[in-house]
Formats: sequence, C-alpha cells, structure tokens
Amino acid sequence: MGDHHHGPAKGLSRWLFTTNHKDIGTMYLWFSFSMFLLGGFFAMIIRAELFQPGMQLIEPAFFNQMTTLHGLIMVFGAIMPSFVGLANWLIPLMIGAPDMALPRMNNWSFWILPPAFLLLASTLFMEGGAPAAGWTFYAPLSTTYAGPSVTYFIFCIHVLGLSSIMGSINIIATVMNMRAPGMTYMKMPLFVWTWLITAFLLVAVMPVLAGAVTMMLMDVHFGTSFFSAAGGGDPVLFQHIFWFFGHPEVYIIILPAFGVVSQIIPAFSRKPLFGYDSMVYATASIAFLSFIVWAHHMYTVGMPVAGELFFMYATMLIAVPTGVKVFNWISTMWRGALSFETPMLFSIGFIILFTIGGFTGLMLSIAPADFQYHDSYFVVAHFHYVMVAGAVFSMTAAIYFWLPKWCGRMYNETMGKTHFWISFIGFNLAFFPQHFVGLAGMPRRIPDYALQFADFNMMSSIGAFIYGASQILFLYNVIATIVAGDPVSDEKVWDGAEGLEWTLPTPVPYHTFETPPLVK
Amino acid sequence: MGFKAKQLCKLALGPVLLFMSVSAMAAGGEASSINMTPGVTELGREVYDLHMIILWICVAIGVAVFGVMFYSIIFHRKSRGVIPATFHESTTVEIAWTVVPFFILIAMAVPATTTLLTLYDTDNSELDILITGYQWKWKYEYLNEEGENVSFFSNLRTPQAEIYNDEAKGEYYLLEVDEPLVLPVDTKVRFLVTANDVIHSWWVPALAVKRDAIPGFINETWARPTEQGIYRGQCSELCGKSHGFMPIVVNVVSKEEYGEWIAAKQSEATEVKQLTSQDFTLDELMVRGESVYDTSCLACHGANGEGGVGNAIAGSAVATGDINAHLEIGINGVPGTSMQAFGGQLSDVDMAAVITYQRNAFGNNMGDSLQPVDVYNYKER
Repeated sequence: MGDHHHGPAKGLSRWLFTTNHKDIGTMYLWFSFSMFLLGGFFAMIIRAELFQPGMQLIEPAFFNQMTTLHGLIMVFGAIMPSFVGLANWLIPLMIGAPDMALPRMNNWSFWILPPAFLLLASTLFMEGGAPAAGWTFYAPLSTTYAGPSVTYFIFCIHVLGLSSIMGSINIIATVMNMRAPGMTYMKMPLFVWTWLITAFLLVAVMPVLAGAVTMMLMDVHFGTSFFSAAGGGDPVLFQHIFWFFGHPEVYIIILPAFGVVSQIIPAFSRKPLFGYDSMVYATASIAFLSFIVWAHHMYTVGMPVAGELFFMYATMLIAVPTGVKVFNWISTMWRGALSFETPMLFSIGFIILFTIGGFTGLMLSIAPADFQYHDSYFVVAHFHYVMVAGAVFSMTAAIYFWLPKWCGRMYNETMGKTHFWISFIGFNLAFFPQHFVGLAGMPRRIPDYALQFADFNMMSSIGAFIYGASQILFLYNVIATIVAGDPVSDEKVWDGAEGLEWTLPTPVPYHTFETPPLVK
Repeated sequence: MGFKAKQLCKLALGPVLLFMSVSAMAAGGEASSINMTPGVTELGREVYDLHMIILWICVAIGVAVFGVMFYSIIFHRKSRGVIPATFHESTTVEIAWTVVPFFILIAMAVPATTTLLTLYDTDNSELDILITGYQWKWKYEYLNEEGENVSFFSNLRTPQAEIYNDEAKGEYYLLEVDEPLVLPVDTKVRFLVTANDVIHSWWVPALAVKRDAIPGFINETWARPTEQGIYRGQCSELCGKSHGFMPIVVNVVSKEEYGEWIAAKQSEATEVKQLTSQDFTLDELMVRGESVYDTSCLACHGANGEGGVGNAIAGSAVATGDINAHLEIGINGVPGTSMQAFGGQLSDVDMAAVITYQRNAFGNNMGDSLQPVDVYNYKER
C-alpha cells in the first residue's frame, strides 16, 4: 500500500507528464494568469493611446490588432482556462473523487493550450500583423479583407476549441461518475453544479465556433463564398453563427463565477446558502435561455421586426433567473455574522458590480434603445462590468479563498485588502465613465476620438492603469504566500467554510480521497 | 450607529443625484456629454424616454437591493457579536421574486414594442437616399426625381496634421466632412443602407438612426428631423484601419434651402459631365489632382507619397512606368489588397487629375498627363 502513496515526480517531467488534477489545475491557473498579464498589457497600450485625442503612440492598424488580441486573449486565454484550472483543483475535492475521470486527456487538454496561444501571439510579428477584425471577427473584414495571419488565428481557435471540449467532457464524466457515496446531485456544492452546466454549454457551442472558423478558412483559401455576398453568400450568416456560440460563451464565463461566489458568501456570512434549489434551477434556466437570445447582439443588422421582438422578449427574461441569484446571495448575507476578509470583499464587489452590469444588460435588451447603445462605449462598459468585475473579481476571490487550503500558507491579509480597494477604485474609474461617453455617442474600437470625449477617456485611462498595477500586487502576494506565507494547519482555514474539501488536511496532500468519503 | 446609517444614505443618494442631474441636462434638448441625446426626431424622443424609464427602474431596483445589502453589511457583522440565523430557504419568497420582476419586465416590454414598431415603419417616405459605406467614406445618392444624378462621397476633412498632433485640433475634430448630407426639415426621409466592401454602420445619434451597412444587402431605416441644424455621427461597426476616421455630417435645412441646394447639385453634375470633354493644362490638372490626392489617396499612400498601408508613390514603378497601367490600377484597384477600385468613386476629371498629379509630384517627374477623355475612353474600351 505504501508504494502507491508516492509524491509527485521531480523536475520538468512532473509537469509535462502529470495526470494529477491538482498539478494540472495549477498549470491552468498559472497559464491563465500569464495570459491575463499579456492581455492586460495590450489593454494598457490601448488605454495609453486613448489617453488623449490624436494619434500619439501607435498607428490605427496596430490599434485594431491590440483590441482584437486583448479580447481573444482575455476571453480564451485568461478567463476560460482560469475557471478550468479551478474546476480541476476543486471538483474532485468537492465531490470526494480521487482525481478527474479522464486524467490523460486532462493533461492533453492543458498542454495544447500554450502552443495555440504562442501561435496567436506570434502573428504580431508576421507581415500584415496580427488579426485586426475584433474578437468577434465579423466577415468579410476577417476573410476577404484580412491579412495572412487569419489562417494561423483559425488554427489557434480550432486547437483551443479542442482543449475546451476535452476539458468539458472530462468535467461531465467526473461529476456524473465519481461522486462519493451519498453525494446526490442536489447535495453537490453550487460550484460543481454551475461547472456541470457550463460544461454542457461548452460541448454544445464550441463545435459551432469551429464550424464558423472552418467556413472562414474555406472562404479564404478554397474559393467558397459562405460569407461573401458577391459569391451568393451572406455576411450576416457569420454573425448568426458566431453569436450562437458567443452568447452561451458569456454564460460559460460567468456561471462558474456564480458558483465561486455561492461558495464564498455563505462561508463569510457563517450561514448556509439561501435557496440552494432555486440557485440550481436559476443556473439551468440561464443556460437554456442563453441558446435563444443570440441575435440581441445584432439588433441593427436588419432582421425582420418579428425576429427582433422574439429576441428582445427572450433576452429580457434572463433578468428573472439572474435576479433570483442576486436576491439569494443577499438573503444569505441577511442576518448572518459577516466578516470581510479579502475573498468576501471581492465577492461583495462582484455582487455590486455584476448587478450594475446586469442593469445595463437589461437596458441593452430593449431593442429600440439598443439601436442607440449598440457598438458604442456603453456596450464596452457593460461587458467589462460583467467580465472583469464579474468573472475576474470572482476568480480573484477564489484564489484568496482556496490558496491557503492548497498550499497550507496564509496570504497577507492587509495586502489582499489593499489589492481589493485599489482594484475596485481603479476598475470603476476605468469603466464607469465609459457609460457616459457611450451614451454621448462615442463608438467602440476607435483609436482616436472627438474632443468632447477627452475628459472621460483620460479618467478611464488613469483608472485602467491603476487597475492594471493592482494586479502586480496580487501576483506578488500570491508568490509571497506560496514561498513564505504563515503556515496554516487548520483543516477548515475559514471558520465558516463548509464542504468536503475542508475535511482534508491542510495543505491538501498530493493524493486525496483514495477511499471515498461517506456523505450523509 | 446613527453616523453609519447617515453615511449609508449619502452613499445611496450619490448616484441618484448624479442621474437626476443627467436627466435634467438632457431634458433641455441639448446634446449631453454624459447621456443619450433626445435628438431632433419624434422617434428619437420616444427612444430617449424609453431609455430614461428603464434607467430609472434599474436605479430604483438598485437602491432597494443595495440598500438591503448595505444594511446587512453594516448591522449583521460578526464584529458586533451577532449570532448568525440559520434559515436557508423560503418557497414563498422565491416565487415572489420570480413573479414580481416578470411583471416589471412586461411593463417595460409594452413601450419597447410600440417604439420598435415605429422604428421599423419605413412606409410613406417623401425622400429616399441610398447610403453606401466604403473603406473609409460614405457615398450618398438621392433617388427621387428631383435629385436625379445627385450623388457624392463624403470624406473626413480633418487634416492629418491635426490627427498627428502637428497642428491644434479644431472644434469638430474627426467629426467634419468635405461634403455633408443635406436633408430638408420636417420630411420623412428613408435611408437605404448598404456597403461596397466590408460591413459598416451608419449612426447619427441626433436622428436616432443606426443601421448596419452590409455588402450585398440593402437595409432600410428612416428619420424625420424636426429642427434645422448640423448633426454629427460616426461609423459604428469596425471596418478596418480607418474605422475611426469616417464621420457622418448631416445638414438639416429648410425646404426652400434644400430645393436650391439640390438644383445646384444637379447642375454641378451636368457640368462635371461636360468637363469630361474639356482639355486641361498640366498645371490645372496638378492643382485639381493635389486636392483629390489629399482626400482619396493620402490616408494610405502618405502626405509625401512615401507610402504607409499602401505602396510608396514617390519613385514607384507604377507612377514612373506605363501611364495606362497606372490608370488601370486607379480604376480597377488591385484585387486582394487594400487598393480599392476608384473607377466608380472618382469622376473622369478627378481620375485624370490625380493620375497626372502622382506622376509629377513627390519628386516624380514624368511630364506626361491624362485628359478626362482619355479616362473615359479607357473605361469604355
């Protein structure tokens, strides 16, 4: 028996050949953080150019490459892999499984990611530059009118689609087959539930994205005209396919974030999550609705009015389950015994800012008003409230919450709280004014702007620099914790934390739950 | 305790006051720098009202929800020695906060539907204008009888020197064009919107109009401006390098002024046709050619023909080679590159002038020239 309880292999081969869910989770998290810094660096370039009216630092063509790469890297390289990393670390621990169901595939899902992003980043050095049609890469700008780098970009999308699909299949297989005895579906922690639903969304829509880019490839190289009107194709078809993927995609990003917050709020409220069942049903309803609302991204393309009305009503409906979630979180806090450690601060920040993003989302769903909001900075503000203050804040909360459990060392609380307040102020300074310039008529994705937008843009840039700088503090805090944080040995770490992962020793051993726990 | 509750009130009041001031400013009808403009059309005012109603509903819900949350944050603290409650579900409450929002949504959907139907009602227009998006300019064609033959391109007028900070920026920096779209006041205008290359989007906030310009499709929308004035907008769909540099300017004038303008444009069109049969001296061609170059070529080929996105003109094989090969590129472009076909965009006079200019400027000294009739013949060949 003793022989089987070996630790990790030594050196590089530990990471290259590992099938251990904790190692793979760690690699996902570090990889996504490095992509977060890269995408953030591009954002800093964008905000530096927009600091003042006029072209100062870069050329318009390069500006478009920056916005495109910033979006692609943040969505596919930073946020999505970070939650996959979290799933790898936590799902087996939360359901009492020894590892993921398909460990070798798990290794492969991770290791095809770095080359894919290396390929994408390398297009910056190609003749004609990186893709520049935006992260939504609408045809024909991304096909007939694109540079040679589009082919490499398509290959990159295929590879990371492959990675996502394998990762999702793994999560579905793990959750369905490897739950500890007594862990019924309705006893699973909400993070597991949200990821299970997310994984189904991924399996459903990543192939659709693959289809879209394959059609692009055909248009570029093999003389087809899927998206070219001159050859009998339809440029709007691209948008329908893209958003049929793209709308579920935004829920793929936000649902695991909901899961994280649903774990953390009860822990620091010292009170069970309010309305567990309704949280599960709300998550499922959001997932279902995400498939029938895609065209609200395209109100201005000239759909028939009946289509507009359908998509408007369906989109408005999303407010109901989303509202249920927010109400449940607040009811969880109500009459709890709250304390405000860093993970809780980020979770409360999440609720406030995500709700603001939800409100602007509701405004955007109103089709006739959206004709004015569409493609303006109002939209930019909206989706950064849900993506950054939503997904990234919850991810940050998750790291502060579980890192002490993983490595048996406590992070520096003062530094953590400082990180929160700098992030919170920087974020709002960066993105709140964008609502104003958007409403006042500033289109998105422009490298230079009219003079009446100057003040708010300068504010926005300063906020972005502050938010960007706060991430360096975060990186430092995490490294300092792992290397020299104060040792923690309590199994629970947080007095209010509940769940199977908190029954394990701290730090979590390399192999866990080799004998399944019994869940009552 | 009292102190904290007061702070809380202030916190909640802040955004409310902000939004009140926003709405007060915008209600004055002037373009606001922090809110949507009600614009100068009936539809625009309807859209604006809808926007404000939804905003206020959101603010109200926000104040209530965050109020409860902050109450909890302040009074239900562990540091106050609170013993946590243990309740964790209530079907009644869950049903209530599912059903109540649903009814609020229905209340929002009713005015939204009416406004959307109005927005789609393009019938009974008094004037039709075809708008075509090009990389990176707009073309306007008047389709009614009195506007026959009137069509023109509208280019960014802001000089490169302002964009690259060599000169002070003017008041309408990046929102000025060489030739604005002119519309009569109190007239229902139908816009037919399409594009020549990639997708663009025609957005004028004051007219409450935004429609995607999609190659191969013609979208319809409309506006009925009720106030004279100059209204500015921009392309709002990413369309490549100069997406930020293709503004829209609409000049709404009295019906009489419009009548005079359209008549003048028509005779101008006739004149240009006549010019085609005229001969020009090299100097005349050079003067005209320079201004054509500045609006149509400079963005890609550089102020001194040094190149950029496009190839250099100075000393280039094309501009110093066979003149007909040079003209061919001007008229039909270079497929698969960003060099567009200008044959349909420039008049024969302008084409002749700009080709001549390129061959005799920037240190090129070919000494040859083209006459408009040469261009005409080359096209008819």
